[in-house]
Amino acid sequence: MRTSAQLQVYRHALPVRIGHWLNVVCLSILIMSGLQIFNAHPALYWGDRSDRERPLLSILPVRGNNGEVRGITTVLGFQFDTTGVLGYSDHSGRAFPAWATLPGPRWLAMGRQWHLLFAWVFVINGLIFTAYAIIGRHFTRDLLPTGRDLRTIGQALKDHLVLRHPRVEEAKHYNVLQKIAYVAVIFLLAPLIVLTGLTMSPTVDAAFPWLLTMFGGRQAARTIHFLACFSFVGFILVHITQVIISGFFNNVRSMITGWFMIKTEQGARHEV
Amino acid sequence: MKSERPIKRREFLKGAAGAAGALAVSGCDNLTASDWFPKIMHATEHLTGLVQGIITPADALAKEYTEADISSVFPANGNTDPGTAEYAGHMRQNFSKWTVEIGGLVDRPHAWSLVALKAMPARTQITRHDCVEGWSAIGKWTGVPLGDLLRSAGPRSNARYVMFHCADIDDQGISYYESMALADCFHPQTILAYDLNGRSLDVAHGAPLRLRVERQLGYKHAKYVAKIVVVDTFEPIGGGKGGYWEDQGYEWYAGI
Repeated sequence: MRTSAQLQVYRHALPVRIGHWLNVVCLSILIMSGLQIFNAHPALYWGDRSDRERPLLSILPVRGNNGEVRGITTVLGFQFDTTGVLGYSDHSGRAFPAWATLPGPRWLAMGRQWHLLFAWVFVINGLIFTAYAIIGRHFTRDLLPTGRDLRTIGQALKDHLVLRHPRVEEAKHYNVLQKIAYVAVIFLLAPLIVLTGLTMSPTVDAAFPWLLTMFGGRQAARTIHFLACFSFVGFILVHITQVIISGFFNNVRSMITGWFMIKTEQGARHEV
Repeated sequence: MKSERPIKRREFLKGAAGAAGALAVSGCDNLTASDWFPKIMHATEHLTGLVQGIITPADALAKEYTEADISSVFPANGNTDPGTAEYAGHMRQNFSKWTVEIGGLVDRPHAWSLVALKAMPARTQITRHDCVEGWSAIGKWTGVPLGDLLRSAGPRSNARYVMFHCADIDDQGISYYESMALADCFHPQTILAYDLNGRSLDVAHGAPLRLRVERQLGYKHAKYVAKIVVVDTFEPIGGGKGGYWEDQGYEWYAGI
């Protein structure tokens, strides 16, 4: 008789789990303290200079003719009224609101200290993870998409759109979209945000002038840093959504204990 | 519509004066207010400064730009007028009586008039100023290499830092000061500048003399420099962190 049962799979090794939760802490703090730093000069530019009349983006409190202050966000010349969230919130002019920044009150020096401390943790964690992933073959075995993976990309996209989630054997491995997303975030986006962050140091720029060249200037690097930050935010939102719709408790448990439950029709090992 | 600045930039940079009271909002803000956590952050500052020193060749030059790259407006930040009677007197005399002196741990203390400084070999550099707030501006600076002045004063073997005492005081009467490692003072791009974009420095940008230390953030570039003192430690001076902004929580190494 074929019965539905559950199979326990050891899905996440300890170094992966530690690295993952450290990243949760680091990214939360880096993003929030980064927004505090951004609030000190809430505009982005391209090139080396800040030509204040030509920002790519600005988030400013603006007093209208009636004396009322509105939060105005300008992106590439297009203006949006973002009062209450961006530019003006809690009765004060500030680009990002207090609930989104660390520390909550305006305090550039303290925001920078939080940012630099957790930048160190983020970088060291990333280097340890990378060493583990390469030496322990986590990278080639689990993360790097294979040729066969890439051929299934169309089907995987279709499955994701109709929210069909993998069961049984295929649930033991990351699917091709997961692999691409994880590799891109860990090995492209994370180094990009670290390197653009370093480019904001005039001392580092003197030592490694090619960084300025590579990113198109000091202000361009700052803009890319900000875009990379929001790519992280976007990834996190999609990631959490996927975690929720593909079985929140099972996913979170596997990222804490390592063990993931898979529904099988011939359960090799029954869960008690 | 005009842009509103409900809080002055200076107040922002100094940080929320009453921030400690407004803390305790979140767990992280509790940590900020604790005894031990800021010590970890302070240790991180030393680590960052140390690593930066290790990976940066001592003679690495900051990028120099062309005339075409110069910013149309070079913003003035921090104090834009020392506002003292003494300074106002110098302004009226067009700074003809301004002197800068070097003392402390040197064999030959000396004072130079502005005229004497302008007669010395000068260096002109078009460089990028990176403000801690996040903006950058490019300007052409002309001045005397600080190393030339220090060499003629002869720092002693126990000299480690160079303090810059300035003519400006803040709204609480605290004099502005800064410090740098002695070695950085001999970097070719470290100059005492008297010209910006081919004209004498204006008051807002630090007339008549300001420090340019192109590999560090803007707040290290002391304006209104009047007195240079070579020391072996800066701990007894001011708040003990090596500079006005450092005493407010900003990093002494100021590289990032």
